[in-house]
This record gives sequence, structure tokens and C-alpha cells, in this order.
Amino acid sequence: MTRRGERTQQLASRAVQIGFLLGLLVLWYLATNFWGVNRLLLPNPVSVWHQFVDVVASGNYLPDLRVTATEFAVAFVLATASGTVVGYMVSRSRYFTRVFEPLLAGIFSVPIILFLPLYVLFFGLGPASKIALGTTISFFPVTLATIAGFGNVDRTLVTAARSMGASDYQLFRYVLLPAAMPVIMGGLRIGFTIALLSILGSETIASLAGLGHHIVELAEDMDMARMFAYIVFVVLMVALLNFAVSYLEARGRRHR
Amino acid sequence: MSAGDVAVCVKQVSHQFGEAGETQYVRALADTSLDIVRGELLCLIGPSGCGKSTLLNVIGGLMAPTAGAVEVGGKPLRGPMPREIAFVFQEHALFPWNTVIENVKLGMIFQGVAAAERDKRAKHSLEAVGLADFANHYPGQLSGGMRQRAALARALSLETGILLMDEPFGALDEQTRMILGEDLSVLLARTEKTIVFVTHSLGEAVFLADRVAVFSARPGTIKKIIRVDEPHPRKPGFVTSEKFTALRNELYALLHDEIRKAVSESAGGRNGAAR
Repeated sequence: MTRRGERTQQLASRAVQIGFLLGLLVLWYLATNFWGVNRLLLPNPVSVWHQFVDVVASGNYLPDLRVTATEFAVAFVLATASGTVVGYMVSRSRYFTRVFEPLLAGIFSVPIILFLPLYVLFFGLGPASKIALGTTISFFPVTLATIAGFGNVDRTLVTAARSMGASDYQLFRYVLLPAAMPVIMGGLRIGFTIALLSILGSETIASLAGLGHHIVELAEDMDMARMFAYIVFVVLMVALLNFAVSYLEARGRRHR
Repeated sequence: MSAGDVAVCVKQVSHQFGEAGETQYVRALADTSLDIVRGELLCLIGPSGCGKSTLLNVIGGLMAPTAGAVEVGGKPLRGPMPREIAFVFQEHALFPWNTVIENVKLGMIFQGVAAAERDKRAKHSLEAVGLADFANHYPGQLSGGMRQRAALARALSLETGILLMDEPFGALDEQTRMILGEDLSVLLARTEKTIVFVTHSLGEAVFLADRVAVFSARPGTIKKIIRVDEPHPRKPGFVTSEKFTALRNELYALLHDEIRKAVSESAGGRNGAAR
């Protein structure tokens, strides 16, 4: 297929995707305006839009956004730092890899969110329990990816570097790290997503502040239109973050 | 031949993997001695698994032999000697995340070559292998033959006296290896390098080598060394000459028995394992 043909097809599928979302919006509008769906359960999209504009314009999302963003940033940095360091150390030894990799993978498969009550007991209702939970949950994919990344470096490349006189530091900097990087990035991507999910989720369950907390508060006040506006706001923020991460990832992978 | 003419001296080297009685126990090399003359191109040829690659790794300091010793330039070898010995591996071993020119420069970075000198040498060695136009390509964008040229450029840029090549054209098709072989002969006629070249191609060995060391089946040792008296660079016409055919036939006769032996031994080994 020609380049132009590919381009046309890509545009066509984009159009279908956008059309699908618009269709959902129309259905939503029809359901609330004409089909008599209870507005306490599903608010009108037009009033959601007005609320959304108000939320953004008034800026009163700021305190909650600050809380959630801080929790997330701290948790992700802690998970990245501890996960890469622990993962690298485990990957240095075949024995450690054989012992710890299955163990970590096993713990990762446990739904850690179930321990939220425990985290709240230990760290309180404030941001600390969210940070601790987010860190724990995203620590595992980062660590596992780091072990896999450093553990599966092509031996030929290591031998070649050694034969050319690479020091330990040079071997790490010019061979091991670039070889492991794409795999580690994959782990960071998963850690990023599940840290965000678990922090927003735990805010809706037990918290004092944050976007998740505010959404539940609005639901309890039956302020459905504003709650939907907040959900839209959070979804857009997350989409923006994901977009930024994808962009960075694509830049790092330019040689493939 | 005076001692000064010997670039690498291999003294009664034996090598085994694992210990006797273990399942992975293999005697790869047995009591092999060899003098590699400065400036010559020596081919190692033999049945697969005869230990020719093991010998190359031992000479390069990548593997310590179980017994025996290697001297490079009169000094005992204890590990890689990146300033004296460069490698070209069977699997090009280029770093996929670096461009061709970055790959060539990296070896020099490891050895602390100054930046200006790196640029000069990288450019020069890429021109020598005919890859100047592909300096900024990634290895993934090159054909197999071009990748081996890039690996060769990297090895040349290190300006070592000794170059070890482990079946560098083994993964390439017949026509590409023929062209690469001709280019290599031209290239090497211009340098003073001592080269050890492992191959399993009879034609390649005769075409490139000053001497061909024929290995016996495992445990490998040198059965005979054949001299090819033909000046470098070798002309493409050399391949069709009677001299070439005669040497090739001689090698074939020497190798044929060893290959049979190697095959029947590995078949016997399999039966043994089944029992």
C-alpha cells in the first residue's frame, strides 16, 4: 500500500473513533432529555458541561489536584528509585534472580489494594497512606522489569565491550543501561498507571482530600452534574499525562 | 624464524568445559601449540565443535585455558589486551542503540582515545570498509554484510597489531562472503596486522590465508598446517586457478576424515545419553 493510502486509512479510523464517542454523547443527551432517565442517576450532558467550565474557570479543583498530584509524584518517584535499585541488585546475581524473581512476581499478582485498611491504620487517613499504597503497588512492576532488563542483556555485547577494554562503569553506562532501558521503561509505564489508579481509588474509599475524595463527596451530596464534571476533569488530566509519557517513550526508542 | 617474528605463541594449551563425569563435560582443546607470525593471516579450520573458536577466545584473553599458556609479544597473556588485540565476532556484536559511527567510536572511548582522534579514525576506518555513506544508520537498518563491515571498521579503528575474527562471515550468504573476502584481502594487504581467522569454509580459508591450520575432531588439536604462497591482495582470478583447487582439495582430504569422526562421535554421544 502507498504512503498516501496508509494515511487515508489512518484518518478514516480516527474519524470512526471520534464518531463513536460523539455517538455516545448523543445517546447520553437523548437518554436524559427525552427517554426519562432519572437525572439523579445520570445528569444532563449540557449541565455537566456548564459545571465543567465552572470547575476549570473557578480553579477550585486546585487544592484537591495538588493533594493527588503530590501523592502520585512522591509514590512514583519512591517506587522508581527503590524498584530500579532493588531490581539492579537482584539482577547482578543469578542466584538472587532465581530466588527473588518468582517471589516478587507472586506478590505482584496479589491484589494489594485489599490491604488499604491496613495502610490507613498504619499511616492514617491523609496522603501518607495513599503514598505508601501507591509506592508498594508500583514497586513490583518496576523491580520485575529492571531484573528482566538487566538480566537479559545479550552476552555477545558484554563480551565485545570487555574485549575492547570497557571498565565496569563504562560497561554499565554504554552497554547494560541502554540495553535494559526499553524493558525498564515498560515497567515504569505499568507502575505509572497502577500507582495513579490505586491512589485515585483509595482516595474514593478512605481519605481526607484529593480528587477521588472530592468526587465521592459530590456523589454523597447528590451533586451529580458537578461530580461528572470532576470525573471528566480527572480523565482529561490522566489522558494528558499518558500522552506526555508516550511521547517521551517514543523519543527514547528512535533507533528501532 | 627469530623470536621477534612471533606475534602470538600458543604453548601446549588444553581447555575443557566442566569436570570429568559431569554431563556438560567437554574436552574442547588438547595440547595445542602454535606460533603465529607477525603480519600473517592464519586461518583456523576444522569440524564444528573442534575447539577452533575456543582457541581464538583463549588467544584473545576472553577465556583462561585449563592448561598451557599464551604469550603475546613475548609477554604472558592474563586477560583481554584491548590495546594489542581486537575482535570481530560471528554475530557482529554492534550496539543496536548506537549508529554505525557511534559504534565505531565506542571502542575508542573505552580506551580513552581523544575526541578529535576518534573522529579521524572512525571516519577513516568507515571509508576503508566502504561504509562512509552509512555512518549515521543504525545497525538494524543495515544488511548482514554491512553490519560485518561496520564491526570490522570498529576493530580496525582500535589500531591493534592483532585482529581475531571468529567466523565473521559465517551468517552471510555465499555471494556476500565472496565480496567481503575479496575486500578484506585488499584491505589487509595495506596493513601490517597479524590476523587469526576462524572459518569452516574451505574456499574462504584458501582465498584469505597465508597459512591454514587444520584441526582434528574433538578434543581439537592442530593436525596440519598448510601454506598458501600467494601475495595479497588476492585477485578474484585466484579462485579459479589450479593452485587454488589443489590447495582446496588438500584441505578437503584432511578435513573429510575429521568431519566424519566428529559426526559419528556426536551421534555416539547421543546414544550414550539415551541409555
